[in-house]
Amino acid sequence: MGIISSKLGNLGVVTTTLDQAINWGRTGAMWPLLFGLACCAIEYMSTQASNYDLSRFGMELNRASPRQADLLIVSGRLTRKMAPVVRQLYDQMAAPKWVIAMGDCASCGGVYNNYAIVQGADEIIPVDVYVAGCPPRPEQLLHGILTLHEKIKGESIRDWAAPVETIRV
Amino acid sequence: MALQTAANTNDPMAEWAGSLEQLKGLVTERALTGETMLLNMGPHHPSTHGVLRLLLELDGEEVITCLPDIGFLHTGIEKNIESKSYEKAVPLTDRMDYLAPMSNNTAYCLAVEKLVGLDVPERAQIMRVICLEMTRLNSHLVWLGTHAIDLGAMSVFLYCFREREELLKMFEMLSGQRMMGSYMRPGGVWRDFPPEFLPMLENFLGYFPSRVDDYEALLTKNPIWMDRTQGVGVIEPEKAMAWGVSGPSLRGSGVAWDLRKSMPYSGYDMFDFNVPVGEHGDVYDRFMVRIREMRESVKIMQQAIKRLPAKGPFRSDNRKFVPPPRAELGQSMEAVIHHFKLWTEGFAAPDEEVFVAIESPRGELGCYLHGTGGNKPRRVHFKTPSFMHISSLPVMTHGHLIADLVAIVGSVDVVLGDCDR
Amino acid sequence: MIIPQALDPVTALKQAMPDAVEDVREYGGDITIVVKPDHLQAVSQYLRDTSGLVYNFLSDVSAVDYYPDYNRPGRFGVSYHILSLLYKRRLRVKVYLPEEAPSVATVTTIWPGANWLEREIADMMGIDFVGHPDLRRLLMPDDWQGHPHRRDYPLGYETVMFSFNADEIMKHKPHATD
Repeated sequence: MGIISSKLGNLGVVTTTLDQAINWGRTGAMWPLLFGLACCAIEYMSTQASNYDLSRFGMELNRASPRQADLLIVSGRLTRKMAPVVRQLYDQMAAPKWVIAMGDCASCGGVYNNYAIVQGADEIIPVDVYVAGCPPRPEQLLHGILTLHEKIKGESIRDWAAPVETIRV
Repeated sequence: MALQTAANTNDPMAEWAGSLEQLKGLVTERALTGETMLLNMGPHHPSTHGVLRLLLELDGEEVITCLPDIGFLHTGIEKNIESKSYEKAVPLTDRMDYLAPMSNNTAYCLAVEKLVGLDVPERAQIMRVICLEMTRLNSHLVWLGTHAIDLGAMSVFLYCFREREELLKMFEMLSGQRMMGSYMRPGGVWRDFPPEFLPMLENFLGYFPSRVDDYEALLTKNPIWMDRTQGVGVIEPEKAMAWGVSGPSLRGSGVAWDLRKSMPYSGYDMFDFNVPVGEHGDVYDRFMVRIREMRESVKIMQQAIKRLPAKGPFRSDNRKFVPPPRAELGQSMEAVIHHFKLWTEGFAAPDEEVFVAIESPRGELGCYLHGTGGNKPRRVHFKTPSFMHISSLPVMTHGHLIADLVAIVGSVDVVLGDCDR
Repeated sequence: MIIPQALDPVTALKQAMPDAVEDVREYGGDITIVVKPDHLQAVSQYLRDTSGLVYNFLSDVSAVDYYPDYNRPGRFGVSYHILSLLYKRRLRVKVYLPEEAPSVATVTTIWPGANWLEREIADMMGIDFVGHPDLRRLLMPDDWQGHPHRRDYPLGYETVMFSFNADEIMKHKPHATD
């Protein structure tokens, strides 16, 4: 990047790799689903509010419709009655999509080890980042979100893009 | 008629999704013919304050019937408590009504104290009153923020959460946790106020009334707010009492019933405060009642800080039920024995039942506790105000539009963790 | 407005319906009147409508399961906690129900607020309320089998994971990958 930009000077051109550009686009403004189950949702709302602002990560806009959302933050205890609903929401989201299991109940069942609670959201949906805490402080959730950003920045197009068949003429 | 489940109907095709036959007695005839529409305001919805499912029968935009379907957050806390000793169950009670955790703690601790006959020293009672009123402010701020944002006033949400951050810092000072502190224990509170707590609280109470003035300036005389909330969701006082509505929702209908004044607990009879009462029983009156309650809470806290004895026990010293402080363990053999017994097995409670109700920010929170004679409870049942209020939603929403439904659900201040437990 | 003199609920009830009252207990300042299940609706109507008693607010309906102790005249006990807003006092009315087909009349005709409280007990304890308008499952999913708050229903927990049984548990635990 250095040699070419010094030769082109102030033309306003930046060179990078395709992977970096795609990952920059994905992490820059991930829209979370407007979804909150229990107490962790209140801490999520605190993270969204002005003290620990989520807008600086581009996540100010919570989409109510799963079709328009990128990130599903499972915030709160997941009951057996709610599990099919969450699975349907996850299925309705379009790729690329990520899941953060916020709090102990979403990560592993938390304080509740009984008939009504699914022991961890990863029993029904694949989870990318687990944030511990009951409920996690806003700083912990922000650390979880930044960890997810790091994870996405480490991905490459080779991992998820299907190989294109060359057509021989 | 016995309990009907989808499993015991004889029809092999009877799945709950979309079978009108099972709704026969519950919606009007016009829904079964298709004249009115059945719409699902599902568990995932931006305005239902948690995972509440409302099955609406709509004639155009007008709600004819509203069938709430709850249980999406049912955690089995009551059954979990049956397998824990009395003191270990306190953190589980925090998580029921997660906007007012100290209220749930207090209801449970008062029930335990009534069951075993444990005294609470006066200083601990005043500390409890201070924490309960802080919890009330906390809960009303979240209510106001979410209610306003549902009706379109988005900046109120950010202002309310700014005030809430200060309160959460103070909770963290007390118990180490912002929300689920488990600060109340049977016999008193967990530990004494740290020295920096009271100055910070007094400072907060100094500027908080002017913040409430700000919220009122934004909403109270706002023509859009008044249009959307006045005359909406009216419930008459007789109906409200019959349906078990309590708290600010009952006071909005004109019934001056507040458990802190009428059947005081934990030293509330020492304080002088008013009980704000509405007139029409609509959403606007419930809003005004809660705003005025926030100001009254400030008054109660200021009086409580003055009355607080400078030194004194923060928890009962009955060592059969309350573990001794660690400093005592090096001095006394009895303290070591009590410590061992209480932390391994816990104390025993008689095979009797008690019922205690307190005024939580949502309404009357009742705790029914039945002991076994051993160290674990036989049954704990919490009668939560949100449970009763959601059951009275069909009465409040009949004949209103869907947009009014959002206002009504916000105004009765339901929390699904409180409802489903 | 003159408020009529408050009556003592126990003496008034024993006078009006002597064969309905089985027992009267007192503990911790609470008065419990144990009534026969057949007389529950009549007793409730009397307590709500009599001037001097006016128990017009139903605070709570709770059910207890006395398994495996069986030290009460029935396996289930249902407690109705009523409150008089006028006289500012509480009362508990209790009925004991047998283990086989426990059922009692509903009080929704007297206090409509009992609707969901009784529905929750029917769902979680399996007690039938005769005359209830809508007795479906409330808290559990519609196709759930069993009544979770009964004492012989297991808590249903996942085995606590230590290093010696971690692999065994993870083999059987569902894990979503897509």
